[in-house]
Amino acid sequence: MYEFDIKAPSKLGKVVRKLKKDEDAVVLGGGQTLIPTLKQRLAAPSQLISLAKIDKLKGISSDNGVVTIGASTVHADVAADGAIPALSALAGGIGDPSVRNRGTIGGSLANNDPSACYPAGALGLGATIVTTDRKIAADDYFRGLFETALEGAEIITAIEFPVPDKAAYVKFDQPASRFALVGVFVSRTGSDVRVAVTGASESGVFRWAEAEAALAANFAPEALEGMTPSGDMIGDIHGSPEYRAHLVGVMARRAVAAC
Amino acid sequence: MPADGGIGAPNKRREDIRFLTGKGNYTDDMNKRGQAYVAFARSQVAHGTLKGVDTSAAEAMPGVVRVFTGADFAEVGGIPCGWQITDKHGEVMQEPAHPVLAQGKVRHVGDPYAAVVAETLDQARDAAEAIEADIDELPAVVDMKAALLEGAPKVHDDLTSNLCYDWGFVEENKAAVDEAFAKAAHVTTLDLVNNRLVANPMEPRVAIGDYDSSAGDSTLYTTSQNPHVIRLLMGAFVLGIPEHKLRVVAPDVGGGFGSKIFHYAEEAFCTFAAKAINRPVKWTSTRSEAFITDCHGRDHVTTIQLALDAENNFTALRTDTHANMGAYLSTFAPSVPTWLHGTLMAGNYKTPLIYVNVKAVFTNTVPVDAYRGAGRPEATYQLERVISKAAMELGVDQIALRRQNFITEFPYATPVAVEYDTGDYVATMDKLEQIADLSGFEARLKASKAKGKLRGLGVNCYIEACGIAPSNLVGQLGARAGLYESATVRVNATGGLVVMTGSHSHGQGHETAFPQVVASMIGIDPSMVEIVHGDTANTPMGMGTYGSRSLAVGGSAMVKATEKIIAKAKKIAAHLMEAADSDIELKDGQFSVAGTDKSVAWGDVTLAAYVPHNYPLEEIEPGLEETAFYDPANFTYPSGAYACEVEIDPETGKVTIEAFAAADDFGNIVNPMIVDGQVHGGIGQGIGQALLEGAVYDEDGQLLNGSFMDYAMPRADDVPFYTVDHSCQTPCTHNPLGVKGCGEAGAIGSPPAVVNAVVDALRRNGSDITHIDMPLTPSRVWSAMQS
Repeated sequence: MYEFDIKAPSKLGKVVRKLKKDEDAVVLGGGQTLIPTLKQRLAAPSQLISLAKIDKLKGISSDNGVVTIGASTVHADVAADGAIPALSALAGGIGDPSVRNRGTIGGSLANNDPSACYPAGALGLGATIVTTDRKIAADDYFRGLFETALEGAEIITAIEFPVPDKAAYVKFDQPASRFALVGVFVSRTGSDVRVAVTGASESGVFRWAEAEAALAANFAPEALEGMTPSGDMIGDIHGSPEYRAHLVGVMARRAVAAC
Repeated sequence: MPADGGIGAPNKRREDIRFLTGKGNYTDDMNKRGQAYVAFARSQVAHGTLKGVDTSAAEAMPGVVRVFTGADFAEVGGIPCGWQITDKHGEVMQEPAHPVLAQGKVRHVGDPYAAVVAETLDQARDAAEAIEADIDELPAVVDMKAALLEGAPKVHDDLTSNLCYDWGFVEENKAAVDEAFAKAAHVTTLDLVNNRLVANPMEPRVAIGDYDSSAGDSTLYTTSQNPHVIRLLMGAFVLGIPEHKLRVVAPDVGGGFGSKIFHYAEEAFCTFAAKAINRPVKWTSTRSEAFITDCHGRDHVTTIQLALDAENNFTALRTDTHANMGAYLSTFAPSVPTWLHGTLMAGNYKTPLIYVNVKAVFTNTVPVDAYRGAGRPEATYQLERVISKAAMELGVDQIALRRQNFITEFPYATPVAVEYDTGDYVATMDKLEQIADLSGFEARLKASKAKGKLRGLGVNCYIEACGIAPSNLVGQLGARAGLYESATVRVNATGGLVVMTGSHSHGQGHETAFPQVVASMIGIDPSMVEIVHGDTANTPMGMGTYGSRSLAVGGSAMVKATEKIIAKAKKIAAHLMEAADSDIELKDGQFSVAGTDKSVAWGDVTLAAYVPHNYPLEEIEPGLEETAFYDPANFTYPSGAYACEVEIDPETGKVTIEAFAAADDFGNIVNPMIVDGQVHGGIGQGIGQALLEGAVYDEDGQLLNGSFMDYAMPRADDVPFYTVDHSCQTPCTHNPLGVKGCGEAGAIGSPPAVVNAVVDALRRNGSDITHIDMPLTPSRVWSAMQS
């Protein structure tokens, strides 16, 4: 690690003010990506502004068909909640127990790792990302690998998930990291079907429109038989673009079957 | 019987109490007064001309004590190689210089060209980043066959090419082998890759150099499997320190798998720098550094051919292997693809004619050396895969084909220069068929099909040569060291024993197993015996722990030393009981006079040895302490038969191991629980190689999977519950314990079992696939299924 200062204000406004004053400052959530990055000397922030002492960012509430999850809520708490079983299952499959007890939903969505699970959950459920400045629809939030709609000192405070009629998330593990080599989140709410794919695309998490149309007509695994997404898929030592495209089809069918 | 068991008892490992409660004393746990810290500046390119190193900015940084470059090491030796191979033309191998810090060129990503010693680790790292190296990048050679092409960039400019040696074995047999192939009724050919592995022991390497200016003594604390070997290599060949002025200490060592056998530049650096600045100097490898500096393992590219007659008898075998040496010759690297590989090509079979060709090649990659099994897994993998392929081509049962060709009479002299003393390959195969319930396979196949999964069965045998080795033999083969082992047994006045051994545990359980041997011989409780190891200051010269040799060679030295102790103790007992030496018997810790009821206890005799008031001083000296060196007469030859059952998800290509059975013959067993653990760990490592692991370099020589995010290590849920049996026992005939060694068997026998099973599953599903290279990742298996 390089040297840095660390602050843990108890007021969100103070976090924002510090970020505005120092453009080399970085927000620290659960630290499950940031701390390893610092340890490898791949980042050199001037200071870390921790969200740890801001209690109002933690917790899960349900109201009127919407589940609101505070940005600092750790994966283990989402996994234990169960208000949206598919989302809880997704959270319970991230990393290992120590990651799930430190890593936060807000941190994951702010980082938008192309292999992370939460982006598929947020996009696949049509969530709303609530920030210190505004509310952003998930469809407008994800902007590519590690890119989001968040502006400079904007911080995610909560995520609002509409409760679906049915949903499921199925992922295929990358053998080493066990991030998603491919993960597919499918939901159905009334006649609205969403299929969100993580891990596969060079453009990050995406909605697979052809699959959604096919499932809107016939919500069954067979509706996706033989289908693979178009677009540039990631190719690396763990799988070719063709393999990833194929897996998207397989995982999507399995997710539908699990709904 | 001793209360908690001697030889044969499954005693729990006494060392685990400290390991599992965080009380182990590993090298990184040590800190010396006034210690400074090292950070190395390492090449980020695989190949380049090092035109200059500007250390001025680094030297001006806070806390920096001194910055070293290659120039500081111009007057000392380079890292030596411990084994010289003579090639098929009678020429000795090409042996490049290996400076402690790079001079003139950098040759792999991770090659160190400078080092900073500073007050704190972060200061050292900060300053190391401020060093400016002027490196002209050169094209890298990564692929071995490309490295041998005319005009390929040379890793070492002063060598004639990138070929280290071209070894033929047995060269005199080559014509006869070729003739047998010409006459064969059937020839099976298989091209395969034995994938490059990163050892990744749980504990990264650490070195602390310490210099006592008042006495002029140097001490190196290091993560080593063989501290005496490091003392000899570093003292004599690198730094010019005589052994009586150099102490090497390897305290608890957290795994090695071979990678901690070798003498590394960082050890020499810390010892050298400590004297230069007259302060202790500590280096702790990061995990990222370990990936690009610890020696890698395997990395063979092979074509193997098996010739059979019309009755399916094996008539000849020939193999052609390219073996990657990496950028420099590590300590034992040249021996691995030659003597530890070619001599095992007969396997368990009576193939009369064998020819092995190995070309060792320099590339711009991390040096490659011994890794759990070292040459023997490479031999076993290719042999057992080609036999399974032959069975497929001939349409015969693969177990029957093996049984038909088994060696059944012992001793057996192979056509590749070794003599198996004992073995019973029919018995281990019979045992395997029983414990793996092979007759129930068809039912399990149906059950898998019903779930939509493909099921396959892989079976194979293995043999290994352990207990390295007769010193005079390995000397003829090019070893620059003897391979005996030593033990000093010190009996204290009150009867307890301290055994000082040249073997050194890096997780094997020596502190538990060795006392069982010594205590059994005397008939006392093993808790009365303490093991001391890992410090050249208080152990006799020994060659360390690798090649499954510690019990077979080190244990035998203990037996010899303990025999001397018992012989002397009997004389003392005879004196105390006024009887003849020859009438004294020792049983259950009691000396008695044969045919009488006279007896004295072990403790009475040991006390007399140190309080010699009533003692035959005119005949024997007081005290009870003996040293023995044991040099084995032959290798030992553990063997076994393994079976693996896999399921494949046909939609994703993901392979899961559903069952794994191992029937091993390790000769006599001292602690069956430790043996089970060794086999479990070895199989886990073999499954890792077969399904998950494999270092991948791009064409520029960058390691693409240099972290656990991309290099897949096996996890608990990647492996099944094993069925392990070692009841087939044909004791070794030439060591006093009749033991053979068990540390590497699992890693040797399991990769072909896994690959055989996957190929079998795909063929049962209608595929005509004959081979997939390891690691059998979901992506590779799926791709193979598409073609």
